[in-house]
Amino acid sequence: MIKFTLNGRTVETVAPATERLLDLLRDEFELIGTKEGCGEGECGACSVFVNNLLQNSCLIPIGSIDGADIQTIEGIMETEQFKILDESYSIAGGVQCGYCIPGMVMASAALLSKTPHPSEAEIREGISGNLCRCTGYNMIVDAIKLAAKKGDGLWQRK
Amino acid sequence: MNLKDISTSVHKKDHKGKVSGQLAYISDVKVENMVYGVLYRSPIAYGKIISIQLPNLPDGYEAVGAEHIPGPNYVKIIKEDQPIFANEWINYIGEPILMLVGKDLDTLYSLLNEVKIEFEEHQAIYTLDEAIKNKSTTACLASYEFGESLENISEIEQGAHQIIEEEYDTGYQEHVYLEPQGMLGIYKDDEIVVQGSMQCLYYIKNALLSALACGDDEVRVVQSPTGGGFGGKEDYPSMMACHVAVAAKVVKKSVMLVFDRSEDMAVTTKRHPAKLKYRTALDKEGNILSMCVDIFLDGGANTGLSSVVLQRALINSAGVYKIPHFHAKGFCLKTNTVPNGAFRGFGAPQSFAGIESHIGHLSKLANIEPLEYKRKYLVKQGDPTITKGKFRDPILMEEMIEDLLNVSDYNKKKGEFQRFNQQNQRYKKGIGTSLFLHGCGFTGSGERDHIKATVKLVKSKDDKVSLKISNSDIGQGILTTLCKIVAKELDLPYEEILYPYPDTKEVPDSGPTVASRTTMIVGKLLERAAKKLKCKWQIGVEQEIVENYVHREMIPWDEKTFTGDAYPAYSWGVNIVEVEVDRLTGNVKLQKVYCNYEVGKVIDERIMKGQIDGGLAQGLAYGYLEKMTSKQGKIQQKSISDYGPPTSLDVVSIESKVFDNPYADGPYGAKGAGELTLIGGAPAVQAAIEDALQTSFQQIPITPEVIIESLWMREGEEVD
Repeated sequence: MIKFTLNGRTVETVAPATERLLDLLRDEFELIGTKEGCGEGECGACSVFVNNLLQNSCLIPIGSIDGADIQTIEGIMETEQFKILDESYSIAGGVQCGYCIPGMVMASAALLSKTPHPSEAEIREGISGNLCRCTGYNMIVDAIKLAAKKGDGLWQRK
Repeated sequence: MNLKDISTSVHKKDHKGKVSGQLAYISDVKVENMVYGVLYRSPIAYGKIISIQLPNLPDGYEAVGAEHIPGPNYVKIIKEDQPIFANEWINYIGEPILMLVGKDLDTLYSLLNEVKIEFEEHQAIYTLDEAIKNKSTTACLASYEFGESLENISEIEQGAHQIIEEEYDTGYQEHVYLEPQGMLGIYKDDEIVVQGSMQCLYYIKNALLSALACGDDEVRVVQSPTGGGFGGKEDYPSMMACHVAVAAKVVKKSVMLVFDRSEDMAVTTKRHPAKLKYRTALDKEGNILSMCVDIFLDGGANTGLSSVVLQRALINSAGVYKIPHFHAKGFCLKTNTVPNGAFRGFGAPQSFAGIESHIGHLSKLANIEPLEYKRKYLVKQGDPTITKGKFRDPILMEEMIEDLLNVSDYNKKKGEFQRFNQQNQRYKKGIGTSLFLHGCGFTGSGERDHIKATVKLVKSKDDKVSLKISNSDIGQGILTTLCKIVAKELDLPYEEILYPYPDTKEVPDSGPTVASRTTMIVGKLLERAAKKLKCKWQIGVEQEIVENYVHREMIPWDEKTFTGDAYPAYSWGVNIVEVEVDRLTGNVKLQKVYCNYEVGKVIDERIMKGQIDGGLAQGLAYGYLEKMTSKQGKIQQKSISDYGPPTSLDVVSIESKVFDNPYADGPYGAKGAGELTLIGGAPAVQAAIEDALQTSFQQIPITPEVIIESLWMREGEEVD
């Protein structure tokens, strides 16, 4: 039995310890916002927070998350920070096919929590683990710049 | 809609569902009684199946193969040469032979390992070079020839000062749509519903009608939100649809087939590798007297869409130039490799990379600055095309070039970079340009003879208007742009226009989502339908307007002689790229990218910018970053990072501008934009690298290995 916190709730599972966190989230907990793009930790579409750190859930066997705090896109959807990102991505035009976007939003939130006023180079570095094939990244970079500005003061973690 | 100008951006229809991740793509869907399918794929490149031995299958697990296909065993597309399940001849590694179906994926994969198939292997052809060498015995999937007679050209060549011959190679390009391919066949008593990630609903429906040999009301195709296409979901999904539909019929359950990334990269279609040969006669001053172009495409194991790709490659073989005395021929040859197919640009990126490279090299011989040399040959309004069609509409290229020279400070940069390069041994800077166009819509008479698009607008009793068309939003934003067109015509709030994901039970065939045709062709039909609806509008009454494609006849296209107007309209582009090349590592770093485009009229500025940035990122990477190879018939790159599409660190900010030049047969003047933006990337990046290193390349991608090898060879020559 593995017990952990998922989006603020304590949950448990009897799934085998070798199962990928990605599959557990999608199949058992029906959280479809975490997407699979490569299954090898290269594309970032499955990004989640594990104890507040951005991680690729396709690389995490659930045996290693006992007692951990896991947050998915569904877990941050109600936050002020998400609302700012949502709006900024819309204004900047950062969303095309959308498949990379939940992961990209997680990476954006992770970056801004650590660096509330990132430079362009820091933004590019911050999302370099998340692939997007539609946008060429620039409008996503703009979205993050905008979110930094709009959400001034919101990003610092307590 | 109160927008003064249609180009003003609006909030995208699908934004909320996508940013929250709650919009369900096909792999997010689960239906009752659903089982999975996995495919047994050929381990050999060419040969015959001798015997198939299946393991004992547990309860609830079944094998599905060619014997279960009710109709003929091929994926209906253009030629009948692509089996749904190969049951006799095998033509490439990865070709599907049978499908195992059952509840648990792990069990299916272990069963797959126990399938034993005996083959009789034959000598395969693995590369385009081998196919060209054995051209007399290799299957030619398509060929065309046109232009001035070779006798005339030979006469001109005899009087020429010199004849320049060049060979140019382009590699594979992989789509890397972020969402791997996926298809679900939903079993119902009276119909099979196929739902998935796709660009062309009616291609799939027609393939299913053939494979299942069933009535029109027994199959239905529904698009799921699609995580990127770029052409990769044009033809390939038809095969997957046949697999899940046949299997669903057999097991009487719904069957899901979703690829993981490595399977997707190993077996789905790619951009055709190409060899382009140029033979150009020059006078003493370096002026072009005549040019012959031969294009060879590696079709892979079967025809698919290759003949049409070859047509577009040939039609673009002279680039944006008016070349005196031009002749071209092209061949698409079969190799025992994964079939190649549609990819944004559809043959044009290969041609533009080749011709821009060749013209650039000719300018060096003439000792004229490349852009100046190119401008001497630029086509003008009223000029004939190389297929004896006509450039009818105003061409703004001169204005676009002039503007971009100013914006980029091109001439000043040239001097600055020269000085920088004299002072630096390791790092070299360069600047390069590309000029290009894209023919909008289907090649030749495709719209008139094959597609015959129909659109429908339906108004409900509560006066809500829905778009009934078969086109897919694959990220390019047509859920938004097409609704804008209808909203503006009807003077209704854009939010009130509905465009649900298309379902063939509900929508007529408005054609596939390909060829930069959706905005221009389908958008125009919708504009016309909306105008009619507005005239006939009755409050509180259900109304339906149907609008059919009408062909504006120009110089009729004749595929046999390869003459006539190949496209109704053209979109245009200019790119300028600056790079810094590290002579020690061969690494290329983009520094600045500038671009001007002309697409008639922009329907949404923000969406257009998305097309520019994304298309250019793909096009630039095609020139120096993305490398895919095949060895003994096997794709060597198994993962995304093996292949190397750009990350956020590879792309730089892109300065772009779009010029207005409304086109009479496009909605609000709009032409095609989706493919154009990719085409200029590779040739501009090549020209910039050549400028930095003061050398010439005859291939893309120009990877660090290619650069280092070229530097070594030059050093060798200098020592000699």
